[in-house]
Amino acid sequence: MFLKFSRILLIYFLLFSYVESAESGGMPQLNPEFWFSQIFWLIISFGIMFVLLSKLILPKISENLEIRKAQITENIEAAEKQREESDKKLIEYDQLLLNSKKEAKANFNKARKEILKDVDKKRENLEKEINKEIDNAEKEILDLKNKSPEKIRKIAIETSSDLIKQLIGVEVNNSSISAIVEDISRKTN
Amino acid sequence: MASNPMYQFNVYRIGPEIKISEVDLSFTNASLFMVISSLAILIIFNLGSKKKSLIPNKIQLLAELSYTFISKMISDTAGSKAKPYFSFIFSLFMFVLFCNMFGMIPYAFTVTSHIIVTFVLAAFIFIGVTIIGFIKHGFGYLKLFVPSGVPVVLLPLIVVIEVISYLSRPVSLSVRLFANMMAGHTMMKVFGGFVISLGIVGGWLPLGFSVALTGLEILVAFLQAYVFAILTCIYLNDALNLHH
Repeated sequence: MFLKFSRILLIYFLLFSYVESAESGGMPQLNPEFWFSQIFWLIISFGIMFVLLSKLILPKISENLEIRKAQITENIEAAEKQREESDKKLIEYDQLLLNSKKEAKANFNKARKEILKDVDKKRENLEKEINKEIDNAEKEILDLKNKSPEKIRKIAIETSSDLIKQLIGVEVNNSSISAIVEDISRKTN
Repeated sequence: MASNPMYQFNVYRIGPEIKISEVDLSFTNASLFMVISSLAILIIFNLGSKKKSLIPNKIQLLAELSYTFISKMISDTAGSKAKPYFSFIFSLFMFVLFCNMFGMIPYAFTVTSHIIVTFVLAAFIFIGVTIIGFIKHGFGYLKLFVPSGVPVVLLPLIVVIEVISYLSRPVSLSVRLFANMMAGHTMMKVFGGFVISLGIVGGWLPLGFSVALTGLEILVAFLQAYVFAILTCIYLNDALNLHH
């Protein structure tokens, strides 16, 4: 089917090419019939294009390029300036930070010293008070100590007389009991 | 569409016949594509130059890249003295490039595949460069034909060769562009014809060739425009800075 079709096409092609080559031999370029028309229209179209391009369009393009170039250099300069400024500010900031750190340290030290002083004073006062109280307490204890043996003897005599009274039912002379108590307490001591 | 590979270069009249004292200046398909190319250039670069944003959009980037590309090419080959001729070389490069590229569209006409068009451009450049040379250097411009450091015995021969090479500049410049465009388009047409004649069975190979040729032709279209512009710069350099 396709082969048949292509064969028919081939025949048509050969026929037409024969007719065509018979009609116009050689190169159409060398036929001077339309040379002047081509020159004329070339001059007109190229001339108008050249004039419009050179007078209107190309100056605009070059202006655009110049403007862009100027703008870019301007921007770069501005960026450079700002960078320099920021560098300066960074250095300033660092200095400020360093100074404030130093100040903070000094303040801290000062505060610590003051607090230590305060604490020392308070401790001294407290120690004084504590010592006073300890002294008082010791005095009281001493007093109590001095007074206690007699009291104990009295109590011991009383309790022993009571005990004897209850156990035996006889009333014993206090003086004899006290002698015994003294004897015992001496032994225990 | 005809199958003769040369048929694509035929010029035919579009619209009424315009005749000015026996000279036919009718609007043809070639004129149509010249006008289309010029208009495309104007529209693209006008759009590319309208906005003035710091970060360019796509079309502005295209315009500015082309601008810097051409201006760098000129300053590299012809130095800073060639700056006044920037807009001419820019228009020339863009015109040739757009004509070549529009020729790559199927069924489109390639303006630069006609020797008369390229020859007029080359002749204009040749005459312009010669005039610039004589204005800048006076008759000293003729020193171009006398290279320094050549033995006196060889001088007559060298001068003749230099003059011939100088005079053949417009021919070589125009024929290079015209022949490249014509040969490429003829090749593509021939391979396209093979695709049809070999049919569905054998047509794949020429089809592949056709695809590859299309890529190559787009490269050639750019390259030839570049060569045309850079040779103009080199000729301009000879006229502006005499080295001999």
